[in-house]
Amino acid sequence: MPKLRVDGKEIETKQGTTLLQGCLDNDIYIPNLCFLESMEDPSASCRMCFVEIEGEKQPITSCTVNVKDDMVVKTDTPAVRQLQRTALRLLLSVHHVDCKHCPANKKCELQRIAKFLKVGLKPKGLERYLQETEIDRNHPFINHYPNRCVLCGKCVHICRRQHGQSVWTFAQRGFDTVISAYGEAGASSLTCGKCDACVKICPVGALTFKDVQEDG
Amino acid sequence: MLLDLTAEDKHALENIASKLTTLKKQRRNLIPILQMIQKELDYLPRESLKMVAEHLEIPESEVYGVATFYNQFRFHPPGKHRIKVCLGTACHVRAGDIILENFERKLEISEGETTPDREFSIERAACVGCCALAPVAIIGETVHAHMAPSKVEGLILRIAIEKEMAEREKQKNESGQE
Ligand code: SF4
Ligand code: SF4
Ligand code: FES
Ligand code: FES
Repeated sequence: MPKLRVDGKEIETKQGTTLLQGCLDNDIYIPNLCFLESMEDPSASCRMCFVEIEGEKQPITSCTVNVKDDMVVKTDTPAVRQLQRTALRLLLSVHHVDCKHCPANKKCELQRIAKFLKVGLKPKGLERYLQETEIDRNHPFINHYPNRCVLCGKCVHICRRQHGQSVWTFAQRGFDTVISAYGEAGASSLTCGKCDACVKICPVGALTFKDVQEDG
Repeated sequence: MLLDLTAEDKHALENIASKLTTLKKQRRNLIPILQMIQKELDYLPRESLKMVAEHLEIPESEVYGVATFYNQFRFHPPGKHRIKVCLGTACHVRAGDIILENFERKLEISEGETTPDREFSIERAACVGCCALAPVAIIGETVHAHMAPSKVEGLILRIAIEKEMAEREKQKNESGQE
């Protein structure tokens, strides 16, 4: 089993796992939003999980490197923190922060990261850009809240893994990118009634069952 | 706002359906197929996305996801009068977005949409090559230079009047033939 040195501490990890997973397994927290262990090819889209590795010139996303024996890693350098804080601020600038009315309140990954990085949930200095649609009700059982979604892609991944195909997909592009179940209303009623994988995996409160909460 | 299919659209869709049966059910054919449909119909009606999904045996949402990623695909039929409002750099600086907004408000549709009678559609254009005339709008083939919010109303009105006159002319001709 590979032995690594992370923040001055010796750790042992599984063979062939990602650095991010190896650290998490050893109770070393690295902020992350878009990674799941079952992903073959992590999209590394949230830009949260940066670390510095000895021998590498620049900070690197820990979900895209595999552990190696004798790796020396730092998870809390100034450069790493700056990248993470910027990524978080950008996410929050397109986020409708209203935790009181959000089912994810207190178990939300975004709240956790903000606390960890000591960034307020309403940081100043960036213009706020919200989607027009507050609630997308197209799906027969599940409501989607684009302004809470961090576009991590976990719902798409988990649905595909469970059912071979995903009801959810990324649609549009750039600032307008959203998660959508377009046209799957009929098909999804077959599986979605019995499955809650996407609602459970969502790190924020962007997917909710219709009967649980309709407001907010 | 989704518009209903016209008889022509339906006919074209039937053609497309038979063309589809000759194409391999491969995921990598998705974009060429969408391009083929857009070429036939000038837009991708919702019904066509469903047909493609069924043919390729992938979720309709996936077809939608891919189609909405590319600028070349449109989801509304082009109007008889296509209004293109330039939002290139020069026109942007000269408040082209306000011109766009005026067309949108006047016709009660958003950019990328078509009026229910299919007379008008509005789209945005990147620089159309006559920046000295900014802000510019193109209706059909005609370039309208130095656009101003106050000109929007007049342009739409003129097209409506021209249409009315043409219809009256036609009626006159028809009754004249009797
Ligand atoms: S997802 Fe909900 S709980 Fe999390 S930060 Fe946004 S509003 Fe607050
Ligand atoms: S809905 Fe939730 S799981 Fe899906 S992309 Fe958005 S934040 Fe991620
Ligand atoms: S968890 Fe690595 S980039 Fe999102
Ligand atoms: S920017 Fe509008 S014509 Fe060049």
